[in-house]
Amino acid sequence: LAHGAGGKATHTLIEAVFLESFRNPLLEPLEDGAVVDGLAFTTDSYVVTPLFFPGGDIGDLAVNGTVNDLAMCGARPRYLSAGFILEEGFPVADLRRITASMAAAARAADVWIVTGDTKVVERGKADGCYITTSGVGTLDRPTRLSAAAALPGDVVIVSGPIGEHGITIMLARGELDIEADLTSDTAPLNALTGLLLDACGDGQVRCLRDATRGGVATIVNEVAAASKVAVVLEEDAIPVRPAVRGACELLGIDPLYVACEGRMVAVVAERSAEVALAALRSHPLGAGAAVIGRIGGDPPGLVLLKTSFGGTRIVDLLVGDPLPRIC
Amino acid sequence: MSIGRTRPRTRIRIRIDVEGIVQGVGFRPHVHSLARRLALSGWVGNDGRGVFIEAEGAPDDVTRFQEDLRDQAPPLAVIHRVTAIVIPVRGDRGFHIADSRGGAGRATLISPDVATCADCLTEMFDPADRRYRHAFINCTNCGPRFTVIRGVPYDRPATTMAAFAMCGECEREYLDPRDRRFHAQPICCPACGPALRLLDARDRAEDPAGDPIEGAAGLLRSGGILAVKGLGGYHLAVDAANEDAARALRSRKHREDRPFAVMVGDLDAARALCELDGDAERLLTGPQRPIVLLPRRPGAAMAASVAPGDRRLGLMLPYTPLHHLLARQIPGPYVLTSGNLSDEPIAYRDGEARTRLAGIADGFLTHDRPIHVRTDDSVILPLWGTGLPLRRSRGYAPRPLRLSRPARRAVLACGAELKSTFCLVREDHAFLSHHIGDLENYETLRSFTEGVDHFRRLFDITPRVVAHDLHPEYLSTKYAHDVWDARGVELAGVQHHHAHIASCLADNQEDGPVIGVAFDGLGYGADGTIWGGEILVADLTGFTRAGRLSPVPLPGGTTAIRQPWRMAAAHLDAAYGGAVPADLPVRSRNHRHWDDVVAVARSGVNSPLTSSAGRLFDAVAAIAGLRDIASYEGQAAIALEQRADPDERGAYPARLLDDGPLVTIQAADLVRAVVEDMRGGAGPARVSARFHNGLAAATAAACVRLREDTGIGTVALSGGVFQNRLLLDGLVRALRLQGLRVLTHREVPPNDGGISLGQAAVAAARDALGPP
Ligand SMILES: [Fe+3]
Ligand SMILES: [Mg+2]
Ligand SMILES: [Zn+2]
Ligand SMILES: [Zn+2]
Repeated sequence: LAHGAGGKATHTLIEAVFLESFRNPLLEPLEDGAVVDGLAFTTDSYVVTPLFFPGGDIGDLAVNGTVNDLAMCGARPRYLSAGFILEEGFPVADLRRITASMAAAARAADVWIVTGDTKVVERGKADGCYITTSGVGTLDRPTRLSAAAALPGDVVIVSGPIGEHGITIMLARGELDIEADLTSDTAPLNALTGLLLDACGDGQVRCLRDATRGGVATIVNEVAAASKVAVVLEEDAIPVRPAVRGACELLGIDPLYVACEGRMVAVVAERSAEVALAALRSHPLGAGAAVIGRIGGDPPGLVLLKTSFGGTRIVDLLVGDPLPRIC
Repeated sequence: MSIGRTRPRTRIRIRIDVEGIVQGVGFRPHVHSLARRLALSGWVGNDGRGVFIEAEGAPDDVTRFQEDLRDQAPPLAVIHRVTAIVIPVRGDRGFHIADSRGGAGRATLISPDVATCADCLTEMFDPADRRYRHAFINCTNCGPRFTVIRGVPYDRPATTMAAFAMCGECEREYLDPRDRRFHAQPICCPACGPALRLLDARDRAEDPAGDPIEGAAGLLRSGGILAVKGLGGYHLAVDAANEDAARALRSRKHREDRPFAVMVGDLDAARALCELDGDAERLLTGPQRPIVLLPRRPGAAMAASVAPGDRRLGLMLPYTPLHHLLARQIPGPYVLTSGNLSDEPIAYRDGEARTRLAGIADGFLTHDRPIHVRTDDSVILPLWGTGLPLRRSRGYAPRPLRLSRPARRAVLACGAELKSTFCLVREDHAFLSHHIGDLENYETLRSFTEGVDHFRRLFDITPRVVAHDLHPEYLSTKYAHDVWDARGVELAGVQHHHAHIASCLADNQEDGPVIGVAFDGLGYGADGTIWGGEILVADLTGFTRAGRLSPVPLPGGTTAIRQPWRMAAAHLDAAYGGAVPADLPVRSRNHRHWDDVVAVARSGVNSPLTSSAGRLFDAVAAIAGLRDIASYEGQAAIALEQRADPDERGAYPARLLDDGPLVTIQAADLVRAVVEDMRGGAGPARVSARFHNGLAAATAAACVRLREDTGIGTVALSGGVFQNRLLLDGLVRALRLQGLRVLTHREVPPNDGGISLGQAAVAAARDALGPP
């Protein structure tokens, strides 16, 4: 099933099944979280192989992911719940490791894990450990962030080099005995979004998204579709660490489609671009922030990449796993 | 006393409708002169379906008129259907040309562009002629057609010449049925037509008083890069003998190795560069004027950067008056390559061309007749008299192909991804589009969607069935879903290699069943894996996969296509069960990443299994030391073919294994034989020839096996790998030796440029079966 890759298949699944069944005005925009009664509310499940990888584990991933979804709503993340599904026989030592890193991540993000649940399922029915976290955040600022709010002329900013988490996981899976100096980028982004929103004036930040599954390419495609605008990226402006670039080249994977767990894409009004960049770069997690493109009017719904050679390539939402298209 | 008594008074009147390519080719004046000669009365005109005629006179004369109409036709006319009915006599006098009629049910066929004819050339170089050195001279027998037509019926207001008002003299020619320019829609002269201009890179007129041709020639002679506006788009030109200029063009275009085409003034100039036979001469001088791929004469004077490392050269002869004028002004051949940056489509709108080519060209030789449809040069390989088309575009499009039987409902086929074309079918006409290009490029995708809309209007076709590839990521597949599914039109997915075989069937107006050998780079298989070395048992409506090359991983997906050494790693790892000899040159040359790439291949991460024949050629090219990295598609395979010793008869053996229902050709046998032969001291020439011969023999053996199983005695060959003449020749010979009948391509490229025709033929054939 290609529904997990974060591409068009996932969209179709979400729209055909979940939106159809649960349709209501709060769910409809399909943002990372919902805003209800002055609170931001979100939930996410975490499934990752391997559970422990360079730079993190499923525990801090589960905390940071939900913290980031709240932060992308413009909220201050406050309280989290954590639900565990454990496979019978899962080592307690591993569970301790996971909970320790969850606690550390919560501390770093300044949130409390206030409730939880645990279920144990038969051997073979789960991949060791699955975690679901939900989170509540408070909306301290008058922001209305939405993937549908981008306007022609706006700039597209990424908070740092992309692709580190996804490539780290791929290399950590073991079938690939490849040496690379890479760690996951998993990190809480709430401090960064706070700085950004405080620095830019009201309404100047149009949209924030953490570039998780499907990577930056998928996020900007969502913005292009929701805002009915074109997104024009500059290939040379997209920050990619050499180790990631090398691994991507080896694996034949486009870093634009690789997941990050501590990077976000911000769409910002043109006149606030400099202020936004300065605010992001003032924080260690945003030190590598860069303007990677612009919003255009035409063609609506498409993402274009200006290549180093001056060509214009379409960066499409993938239907499933990437497959070569060359005959 | 009446003088009328000497002739019988009986008169009859008939109405004739002629369908085919009959507009813009001098058909009406031709009819006019036939009718006048027989003193018939009536009229002739263009309508949305073609040409309509009413002719009245003595029965014998009318009969004679019908015979003449059947037996004689203007050189560019292609008549598909003539219907005649008797209608009431009107007793009118004189024969005239009626106004054009639009109207419903348009079925007009539009002529491709036609190279300048001999009559026009004579006039153009006659100092006494009023069109002396006129760069836009044309007549009903030649000139622009498809590239200037905006709508039908084909009349001047529906062309890009609409803005140019005819002068008195041109109008007189235009209205005179006895004139060669009677109703030549793009007619013009120096007084009333478009004007040439030479601009510098900053868009300023270069010496406004000077002759633009002389100025442009001067720029070429001094080693400059010239952008020239042609029929279907802008070209970039440099002096083909000037290495610095050719190298500068490569670096500014970002085009590493892909060969440039060369324009030569005449056949003698062509002979000085390449070996020509009668077929090649016919192709070079034909009215389509494609680029003809020819064997290079050793020692021919040519800058090394024109076609680096290539033993062939793509030559073409001038096809517009402008080219002829330039050729006279420059003594030697000149490079004439598409006006674009690498991977971009050719520029064709003036403003866009000046922006996009500003960083490349030193000057622009341009004019103010707009190009309506971007159309690339066609490319053809001389073979067996007819030639094998590699790109069917200018000069050929949009002439329809005839299907073996009419389609029940109109079909649009969306094609593949690279070398993209589309195809619209109405009844038994398949309108295969000009070459569109690589859809991943946004400009190209726009040409594709605009092209479909243009063809639908021109030929008045509303598709009821839309055919597409099974590859979910092809932008053509997404277009079918996003645009046509949303309109409620029936979609028909057609497997890539089935479409290849169907295109070969359609090219030969056959329905099958055949044993179809589809060898190409990659295509999405019916089982979700990547195919490319397939033997299908197929007819137009369906297929079963009956044979294939043994599959190997494609390490790193698309990267493996750009890096043939990766395919060498994958094939060697498979052939040697993981114990690849450490001292193989290909392994030593790529030692830094070898183990990593093998690990990627084995892990399956972004490394789908593929049975691709094209990738096997890549692997062998790399093992033979010819190419580790390819800067364009097919480069390694081309290098391997060209290096082969044509006199070598040896062939590496390859086993056929029964793999469930599939006959599998053991690629590993070929790969091991290559390695062992090289270790025994064989050079690339022998290794390449023996590999080609071995693959041909194994493929023929597999076909013979399938004939035993199925009783089918015809084999169809398609897919991009069959652009390889050595393999094609060898396989055809081996199959015929076994008594098999062989179908190959004639009018449509074996590569993905033919996919849309195949999809259309399959969709139409399935639709003819009726609702399931
Ligand atoms: Fe193909
Ligand atoms: Mg999330
Ligand atoms: Zn002519
Ligand atoms: Zn005139």
